[in-house]
Amino acid sequence: MSEKAAETGKSFFTPFNVVAGIIIIIGLIITVLRFTGGLASVTNLSDVNPWGIWIGFDLLVGVALAAGGFVTSAAVYLFGMKKYHSAVRPAILTGFLGYALVVLALHYDVGRPWRLPYPFLVQQGTTSVLFEVAGCVALYLTVLFIEFSPAALEWLGLRKARRMVVKLTLLLTIFGVVLSTLHQSSLGALFLIAPSKLHPLWYSTYLPVYFFITSIIAGLSMVIFESTLSYRYLSHKMDEAHLKEKNDVTLGFGKAASYVLAGYFAIKVVGISTGNHWHLLGTSYGLWFLLELFGFVALPCFLYAVGVRDKNLKLIKWTAVLAILGIILNRFNVCLIAFNWHLPSSERYFPHWMEIGISIFIVTLGVIFFKFIVTRMPILYQHPEYSDSH
Amino acid sequence: MGAAAGLSTAYGSSVHAAANKYFKGYPDSLGILFDSMLCIGCRKCEAGCNKVNGLPPPDQPFDDLTVLNKKRRTDTRTFTVVNRYDPPQGIPPPLFRKIQCNHCLEPACASACFVKAFTKTKQGSVVYDASVCVGCRYCMIACPFEIPTYEYDKALTPRIRKCTMCHPRVVEGKLPGCVEICPNEALSFGKRKDLIKIARERIRKYPDRYVDHIYGEHEMGGTSWLYLSGVPFNALGMREDLGVTPAPELTAGALSVVPMVAGLWPVLLTGLYAVSKRKEKIAKLEQQQAVASTLEKANSEAEAKLSKALANAQKEKDAAIKREIKKALEEAKQTQETEDS
Repeated sequence: MSEKAAETGKSFFTPFNVVAGIIIIIGLIITVLRFTGGLASVTNLSDVNPWGIWIGFDLLVGVALAAGGFVTSAAVYLFGMKKYHSAVRPAILTGFLGYALVVLALHYDVGRPWRLPYPFLVQQGTTSVLFEVAGCVALYLTVLFIEFSPAALEWLGLRKARRMVVKLTLLLTIFGVVLSTLHQSSLGALFLIAPSKLHPLWYSTYLPVYFFITSIIAGLSMVIFESTLSYRYLSHKMDEAHLKEKNDVTLGFGKAASYVLAGYFAIKVVGISTGNHWHLLGTSYGLWFLLELFGFVALPCFLYAVGVRDKNLKLIKWTAVLAILGIILNRFNVCLIAFNWHLPSSERYFPHWMEIGISIFIVTLGVIFFKFIVTRMPILYQHPEYSDSH
Repeated sequence: MGAAAGLSTAYGSSVHAAANKYFKGYPDSLGILFDSMLCIGCRKCEAGCNKVNGLPPPDQPFDDLTVLNKKRRTDTRTFTVVNRYDPPQGIPPPLFRKIQCNHCLEPACASACFVKAFTKTKQGSVVYDASVCVGCRYCMIACPFEIPTYEYDKALTPRIRKCTMCHPRVVEGKLPGCVEICPNEALSFGKRKDLIKIARERIRKYPDRYVDHIYGEHEMGGTSWLYLSGVPFNALGMREDLGVTPAPELTAGALSVVPMVAGLWPVLLTGLYAVSKRKEKIAKLEQQQAVASTLEKANSEAEAKLSKALANAQKEKDAAIKREIKKALEEAKQTQETEDS
């Protein structure tokens, strides 16, 4: 919208720019407060609640919702589902920006962000699940950057470099799936060390599996959601192939998401019975658990299936929103709501508005970067001079 | 190949060993026994701790016992606190419990730290190295006793703060600050295995006085701090549901999957790629064959038609010739007959 405004000489102050501008100014002010006054001045964290929404939302939800990159590239390049090819680049871009912003958010949360490379360079805490998460996220961010780079290189007109990178596609895709499997699951495994703090309905030795499977659901749903938004606001940037395949992507990914949700529902039930926690379902936490399980797993599974059967694209798109909310709810439950459930309510955590401010700031940055790149680089269309991309 | 096999064997056996392992702590490591039946809640240990660790002065002086009216926890300026617990029925005197790091035999914090900032020393203490700490606070998530505290008010140099079991003093041969100052011998310092014997002996001697349990002997795999109590430990705010599994074992299984995924996923995925590639190839081949066979069929049909037409033409030609010959013969015959007659 901004360059449209520039082209037509219209005001720079479009509604989008005004809102984004305000959020960014507030974000920058909170940033200054954070790095001058410490976490105490901008968060409600405490000695019993060391992790807040910067971990629960920015890290856990951020990484899960950025899973579209590995899911889509695996479908197209490894499983040969070429009819979804036009969805790869937007998904990789969303993934790359998602991970980059996760890492940015961590700079706010950890005490001494410049030491983030220490676990690799100074001392390796290999017994820590967090070490694995850190290693995989660092490597996968690099992989996503390389996977994204052809679009930038086409934009810059660097043919040779682009040709080299494109040759790596298969290798990078496999590496990306391996790394994603590892760290998506490890984010769940982080909580295995605290069985005395996480409510038994959410604590399970299957936590890593749950996190991995839900990341696939998140990835599939995010591709649908992102493509809906792109079509709505950026359809002038889409080429014929993209517009033609768009509905196939929605139907195909909705179908896959329905299946994966069904499998996830099954293994969640297995989790309750393995722990023999049936009696806990009647408690207030149990009802909350059932709401998550039926409202945000079973319901989207059913709605996706109906949407695909009736070829009801609108229903599928709204179901994607429901499924994404379900992922957010799940991560919040594990990290914040069902975590520390044993504490009296006076000691429980609720985010400070400035914590929410930084999270919104970071999401806004993501939208701005996405828009900047998509309006310039061949993401939603194929560059006419590079039709060989397979 | 041989090396790989050797590696996997070694790996397998170490996993196996881990499963059966029961680490009882470093031999002759030290510990502290806290006997809640001897604690009078004087807060001298808090003062001693504050002094030897050079911590900032407290908000209320250490001889002010009114602070006991509410439950407190350790923080960045206080490595230990004593809380008073309301007497349960039948036991009139109030009970006190001292809180500080329990110095686990297999510490959750050390296992969770991705930069190895925590070390379980041979002496028994769990010490922290701020010079490598990133400040991720995963140790605080991991600790079942909620002990590590964090300097949230420091913008750029926040540290984790917690009791060190006076490691610097202990290596010099001195007593921990709290033990040294305790006026009522509620705290005993010594080899952990000896402390367990002492605790058992007290329980044996005064079975009516003590609950038959040494808290810390097995909790979370065992801790260097040990506790005796006359009331159930949860009446002293101590969790009895922690179990006996040392924290590192809780994540060992998930971590052991990492090399399996890293090793097998590429094989599986390359296989899937090969399958989809081959499917494509076969589909292409079948398409080509179909086209070829259709062409061939069309060709052969055309040929057949042509040859049939040719054959027909030949037949007609032959028939015509025959007819002509017959006609000629008949004509000749007629001519002969007229000549004869």
